[in-house]
Amino acid sequence: MEKRNVETLVGVFVVLGALALVFLSLKAANLASFSFDSTYSVTARFDNVGGLKIRAPVKSAGVTIGRIKSISFDDKNFQGVVKLELDRHYQFPTDTSAKILTSGLLGDQYIGLEPGADDKSLQPGDSIKLTQSAVVLEDLIGKALYGKAAESGGRQREGAK
Amino acid sequence: MNPLNVLAALGARALWLLTSLGHASLFFVELVRHTPAALRRFDLSLVQIHAIGNLSLVIIVTSGASVGGVLALQAYYALDRYGAAESVGLLVALSLLRELGPVLTALLFAGRAGTSLTAEIGLMKAGEQLAAMEIMAVDPRSRVLAPRFLAGIISMPLLSAIFSAVGVAGGYVVAVKLIGIDSAAFWSQMQDGVDVFKDVGNGVVKTIVFGVASTFVALYIGYESDATPEGVAQATTRTVVISSVSVLILDFLLTSLMFSTRP
Repeated sequence: MEKRNVETLVGVFVVLGALALVFLSLKAANLASFSFDSTYSVTARFDNVGGLKIRAPVKSAGVTIGRIKSISFDDKNFQGVVKLELDRHYQFPTDTSAKILTSGLLGDQYIGLEPGADDKSLQPGDSIKLTQSAVVLEDLIGKALYGKAAESGGRQREGAK
Repeated sequence: MNPLNVLAALGARALWLLTSLGHASLFFVELVRHTPAALRRFDLSLVQIHAIGNLSLVIIVTSGASVGGVLALQAYYALDRYGAAESVGLLVALSLLRELGPVLTALLFAGRAGTSLTAEIGLMKAGEQLAAMEIMAVDPRSRVLAPRFLAGIISMPLLSAIFSAVGVAGGYVVAVKLIGIDSAAFWSQMQDGVDVFKDVGNGVVKTIVFGVASTFVALYIGYESDATPEGVAQATTRTVVISSVSVLILDFLLTSLMFSTRP
């Protein structure tokens, strides 16, 4: 009788621990979303992947429809090669374009897909042809300063005439 | 103060430290070697899981709820200044899952279960029970030590999961019910930011390592304690100190390995 009591209590303890783990995984973490749906892979090449991270979302129309599987470097074309995993429920035409966008102003970066108009759909292993690289803040600032300098230089020359 | 004496004492101390480390490592190897025996006599381990795990539930649950609540409170005051009050859930969950859950559970475990293990083994040694077992050709390592080692390794992850879960629940009660943060925002921010494998998974790995370390320290110090009442008392305090320090150092090592931002 004593032994049965102990065994039951330990069983309850183990069940409580397992439930806690399940609660943490589902409610506190992102196990419930997406991870185990069937997916297909496509690749996209960018001149600059910016701050893109693995497992960053792939969104279209603002809805997450995939995740980034891997980011690697191609030293033949000197481009970044990003492998995307898209939910199998959603098909995209072959002339879909991929852009690297930032959520918010300074948030994490993700890939946004804009569908094209082709009849044929992207097959697993296909490559997205139209890509737009990440916006690099330093280049933007450089352009703004250069633009400002050119503008004020032009005005000076006009004033001197 | 003869300087030669001081040097000799220093040298003796260093040698003692090295021999202890070696002795402890061999003891650890023996514990691991006898664990299959503990699996075969699982009823022994079951009793130990009850003693180590079940009886620690009260302290784990109350501490978890309090820590979760306090975290939520302090986090809210800090985040509200930057308009990020809705990220309270995220902060509470990440802190608990990555660091506070494993470490605090290990420290509480060392304090409650570790000392009881050390005292029990020390008293068995003082009462010559271990020697009596050896005379009866029963290996005390398989019969007494290995079941407790196995019980510690099994109980720690479960206790830590319960700690973190109760902590998140405590954080929810404080943030949503008491402070008034939007419940949906609380959960959705948390779910967006917490990764199962990186955060929950790494936390579980940490608890297993801490369980091994603190149970091993408790058993070793109990086994090597002086066979007197004073010896047992000293051994229990030493267990808490050495377990806690080892857990914190291991935590730093594991965190730097797991959460580094190298690609």
